[in-house]
Amino acid sequence: MKKTIVLYLHAHQPYRVRNYTIFDVGKKHDYFNWSESEPNGNKRVIEKVSEKSYIPTNNMLIKLLNKHPEFKVSLSITGTLITELEKWAPDVLQSFVDLCATGKVEIVAETYHHSLAFFYSLQEFEIQVQMHREKIESVFGQTPKVFRNTELAYNNDLAIWADKSGYKGILAEGWDNVLGWRNSNHLYRPINTQNIKLLMKNYKLSDDVAFRFGDKNWNEWPLDAEKYIGWINEAQDSEVFNLFMDYETFGEHQWQETGVFDFLENMVPVWLESEGNTFMTVSEAMDNFEVSDVIDVPETVTWADTERDLSAWLGNSMQQEAIKSIYQLSSKILKTGDWSLIEDWRRLQTSDHFYYMCTKYFNDGDIHAYFSPYKTPYEAAINFMNAWHDLNFRLHEKREEA
Amino acid sequence: MLGWELPPHNSGGLGVACYQLCKSLAKNNVDIEFVLPYVTDQKNEFMKIHSTSPVSYKDFIHKLNVYEGSKYLATHEITDEQLSYEDSVSDIATYGAYDIIHAHDWLTFRAAIRAKKATGLPMILHVHSVESDRAGGEYGHPMIREIESLGLMMADKIIAVSERTRQSIANDYNIPLDKISVVHNSVDIDELDVLDDENIYQYLELLKNKGYNIVTNIGRLTIQKNITGLLHAAKEVIAVIPKTIFLIVGSGDQYHEIISLSADLGIFQNVIFTGFQRGKAWRDAFGIADLFVMPSVSEPFGITPLEAINYGTPSLVSNQSGVSEVFKSCLKVNFWDKDEMANQIVGFLRSKGLQNSLRMNAEIELGKMSWDKSAKKMVKEYEIHARGALV
Repeated sequence: MKKTIVLYLHAHQPYRVRNYTIFDVGKKHDYFNWSESEPNGNKRVIEKVSEKSYIPTNNMLIKLLNKHPEFKVSLSITGTLITELEKWAPDVLQSFVDLCATGKVEIVAETYHHSLAFFYSLQEFEIQVQMHREKIESVFGQTPKVFRNTELAYNNDLAIWADKSGYKGILAEGWDNVLGWRNSNHLYRPINTQNIKLLMKNYKLSDDVAFRFGDKNWNEWPLDAEKYIGWINEAQDSEVFNLFMDYETFGEHQWQETGVFDFLENMVPVWLESEGNTFMTVSEAMDNFEVSDVIDVPETVTWADTERDLSAWLGNSMQQEAIKSIYQLSSKILKTGDWSLIEDWRRLQTSDHFYYMCTKYFNDGDIHAYFSPYKTPYEAAINFMNAWHDLNFRLHEKREEA
Repeated sequence: MLGWELPPHNSGGLGVACYQLCKSLAKNNVDIEFVLPYVTDQKNEFMKIHSTSPVSYKDFIHKLNVYEGSKYLATHEITDEQLSYEDSVSDIATYGAYDIIHAHDWLTFRAAIRAKKATGLPMILHVHSVESDRAGGEYGHPMIREIESLGLMMADKIIAVSERTRQSIANDYNIPLDKISVVHNSVDIDELDVLDDENIYQYLELLKNKGYNIVTNIGRLTIQKNITGLLHAAKEVIAVIPKTIFLIVGSGDQYHEIISLSADLGIFQNVIFTGFQRGKAWRDAFGIADLFVMPSVSEPFGITPLEAINYGTPSLVSNQSGVSEVFKSCLKVNFWDKDEMANQIVGFLRSKGLQNSLRMNAEIELGKMSWDKSAKKMVKEYEIHARGALV
């Protein structure tokens, strides 16, 4: 029987809001321009992540793609990251383009601005998906056929939308509450859809690499390719192993010193050693396997935290008020036809801004704090709302001109 | 005179009050030597300043902030800063020639007691706030209570900045009322800075032109100041007049709580936080406002409403403030009554007539105020105690 690994990597960086005060509102509209001296500034982060992750990861992937004809990768890359790379690291963007030029890398569709627009404005969501498709077509020369939503946020309505929009497949977290007695290692059909297929993340195998790989307190540490592939080979009643993780897993979340690049390099040939084992891109998996059952997800499921819901982005009232405030402006902003204003508004929709305001576990100083450029979630909220006030200011100015 | 801070290095009103009082006392021919616990570049011709420690204010303030005693004394130990201050004060008092020891608030009380023991000089303790004020009506820190209790008991005379504070001293520490006199704080308008032509809150100016009202509070964000009460009232105000912005200037241990609360109440778009400000950003926050609100649970004096009217902005103050004893032309409310607070804010914002008459009358009142009256009262106390207690 044929078994496949579907390796899907997600690359994204937001436009972080600088320390933007009420005294800037109405005077400076440069929310995303950090001073060069600040290590959390957008340009500095792009440079750092490129050096630590994107460049070495792409070097490794191209090496593997050239060496092993059966090796395939799927990736998603947000519009915000593409434009940041265009500005600050064009050679890194070129290395992504080179990957795709091998013909063995598939790009997955999503929103251009890595937003949660699906839950607030379908119209805006569709515009951002369209923007992303056009950007991918112009930069990479391919049209995405499989959809993933920001943060893998998924529910029945999203699947129905993707089905009607003509996508071949969609991605989601393979969360136990959804799967019940089933496992994530098959294809599924979202409830009330006609053609679309669903690939669900094997969160255990994925997180063994993404979260636990370098953790010396983990009882499986150190993890090598033989052990890892051994687990996969042993799995019964399984055909598709969906390893979904952040691109930055390699070199940024798991540093080079942990041996994560060696692991990636070894994993591919060790997997291919066994008869019947292969790699597929997401749409190849859709083409090669039949659905085994129907999946019903009435409540939104994401890939974050132990709750696997949207609470990391929308769990507290600061987050809810902030995102509500942004979408309140939708029609007024769009009516202006001012593209720099509209783009700034869309950049503020990026889910990371709301993640920085998360107060879950704030006192424990956990993973959320690690990924935030701010000292506290409150600071994140104040900067964000000040930027929101400035959008208002610009709207008022526009209306006066009109 | 013993104090913990003087402008320009001050974390609040205590330093300003000490400075203005000394200046007016000097005009009344009082010869003052002021002992500070840090090095200052403060230049003045009316008094001599001793520094008991070589550290700068910037380093010092992180160690012991006059308002947040309980935070710093978590271990129930007197800090090194206080001990070295006490040693120096005792030396200064022993080797100099003085008539009176005059000490401001609990941080200097132990030093004053030691100086009194060493020299036998009369000791006047000046109370700008007691621990229960700073603790927002709660008991506060037991060790600070003990220092206040001992000092107030041993004092030859106690000066309170308001009648309210006088009553608190009597209630909290069983001190007979006749040992406590009130010398109100004040302002001298020619000492206050003026606004320039351009307000720094440009966005708020735009909103005002669009028919918005600005209500502001300026102060530390601590339980004593009752900003949570103000936000609950704000929710009611915004429900009636949606075009109202609450400008919150300051920081403090409740900063995060207050940001969260404004989101919880669903008024996140209407509350703007600036963090701690001084100088122009501080002045302009008064200047941009239609109404200044000081909703404190307990405010021994509370000078900000007087500063507000200096910048043309009328005030709503809590009845639980000392300033409400001397300042007539402002709105007044009990701090716990958020409905009434909202009612008065709405009434004020809706009535141009009320706004104008309050502003006019308050400006007249302000013009009549001066530190000189307070200084003269103080001089009388000095005269009584310098020549020994009357029998």
